[in-house]
Amino acid sequence: MLIDVHAHFLHDRSPRSDWPARNASRLRAGDRVGITVHVASILGSWGATSPIYFPSPPDIEYGNDFLLQLQRTNPARIRGYAVVNPNFTTHALAELARCLDAGMIGVKLAASRRANDPLLDPICRVARERGVPVLQHIWQHRRREYPGQEASDATELGALAARHPGVNFLLAHIGGGGDWIYSLAVVRDLPNVFVDLSGSGVDGGMLEACIEAVGVNRLLWGCDLTIDTGWAKLRYLEHILTADELELVKWRNASRIFPPTAFPTD
Amino acid sequence: MRIDVNSFVGAYPFRKVPGTSPDGLLRSMDRVGIDQAWVAHLPSVFWRAPADGNAWLYETAGRQARFRPVPAVHPGLAGWEHMIAGAFSAQAPAVRCDPMYYGLDPVGSEMRALVKVCGKEQVPLMLAVRLEDARQRHPNDRAGELPPWAVRTLVRSDSRVRLLITHADRPFIEEVHFGSTPEESARIWWDISWVWGPPEDHLETLLGTIGVERFVFGTGQPLRLPETSIAKLDLLDLTKEQRGAIESQNVVTDICPL
Repeated sequence: MLIDVHAHFLHDRSPRSDWPARNASRLRAGDRVGITVHVASILGSWGATSPIYFPSPPDIEYGNDFLLQLQRTNPARIRGYAVVNPNFTTHALAELARCLDAGMIGVKLAASRRANDPLLDPICRVARERGVPVLQHIWQHRRREYPGQEASDATELGALAARHPGVNFLLAHIGGGGDWIYSLAVVRDLPNVFVDLSGSGVDGGMLEACIEAVGVNRLLWGCDLTIDTGWAKLRYLEHILTADELELVKWRNASRIFPPTAFPTD
Repeated sequence: MRIDVNSFVGAYPFRKVPGTSPDGLLRSMDRVGIDQAWVAHLPSVFWRAPADGNAWLYETAGRQARFRPVPAVHPGLAGWEHMIAGAFSAQAPAVRCDPMYYGLDPVGSEMRALVKVCGKEQVPLMLAVRLEDARQRHPNDRAGELPPWAVRTLVRSDSRVRLLITHADRPFIEEVHFGSTPEESARIWWDISWVWGPPEDHLETLLGTIGVERFVFGTGQPLRLPETSIAKLDLLDLTKEQRGAIESQNVVTDICPL
């Protein structure tokens, strides 16, 4: 079994007219790689009617609904993260309840509010109550503000994780840009933070550093926007991990932090 | 036959990278099935006199039949023309220049002079757009990335020069290719190391719009996992001929014979 913990799909209200082709390409490539389940999110309208990282409540609902429909039409292959914008607390909590009741298995926090902000606390309390993990978009070492997002880094996620020891967090896309060395040093001693290996970055030495920092028990395989780089990391891991360790990264760690019924059993 | 035109030996100054020794590169080549590597000396990219690394590079490549040396040329330092002659005698398939790291104007008089000599001597010139993702570079690693307009300018500055550009992404490649005449773009080859695969399918798109004949296999190892370039080819539905063209035939036929 192979679980991609960081996938995305597009929809008909996104700015991309090629959205059906991109969605189909993800599934086709996933089949070739051997991905059993894509755990995905849709960030609102992907910028069409509200910013990607600051999605409006209506856009969030449309994106989540579209993903739920994808999950229903591909029940063996697709699972969903409920996307919420913490700035709209009432809406976020209602959307979480709606999406988790409908079968989503996690929470996606992008960059609408800094990860250490108290507005994330009620969302994390729901995650703990429902037993679902939180995937937090991360800029690996945020040295300044970046346009279009209120980005967070590992230090800020670490503060949130320390306040919510009963919640498991995924530090998003360690290969997704930024100083991953900084992130790994921060999360080394945070037992409820898991490192998501996705991202286009395929730096030599990065995977060894991940293993050294958090061990194989806190690594999760994923792709994000580039399945080729995900497959490359998987192929490399086959050379540096034992078979049992590789299974942890491929799916066993994920099956431990997502709800018990989230994935097919082995 | 698989030829990696974009690999390095030697330590990287900005972070710990495994597999930088010649033996490490060989192990990596064996792991992923690369028959021949065009090898540059990584430390000297950052030296004041980059060509000072060429002697070691020639010696290292001379001991390993699967390596072909790609020596560095700094056209702002006196005597650089001799490096071209040295490249000939060492059977180098190309020479490389990293103007942004050398502190040179990428379209300045020194670079134009280098392009003229490479054109005249029919030595392919290798240029890297970047070595690492700009978002993660060391605070003191401040050299800019090679801009696309520099490649357009250089290929126009001599009608005989052949350019091999590594680490370019789709927008960069498209800007240069469609910003050049067919005659100019026919003298530029791109390695696939930085081009995205599915689901964005940038490589598939480029092979369709620009043509298989313009692309060659490169990895950027050991700074990048070489598995990536193979994975992105494995994710395409290429004919045997198309894949062979990218992995070796374009290089052998158009850039440098074996």
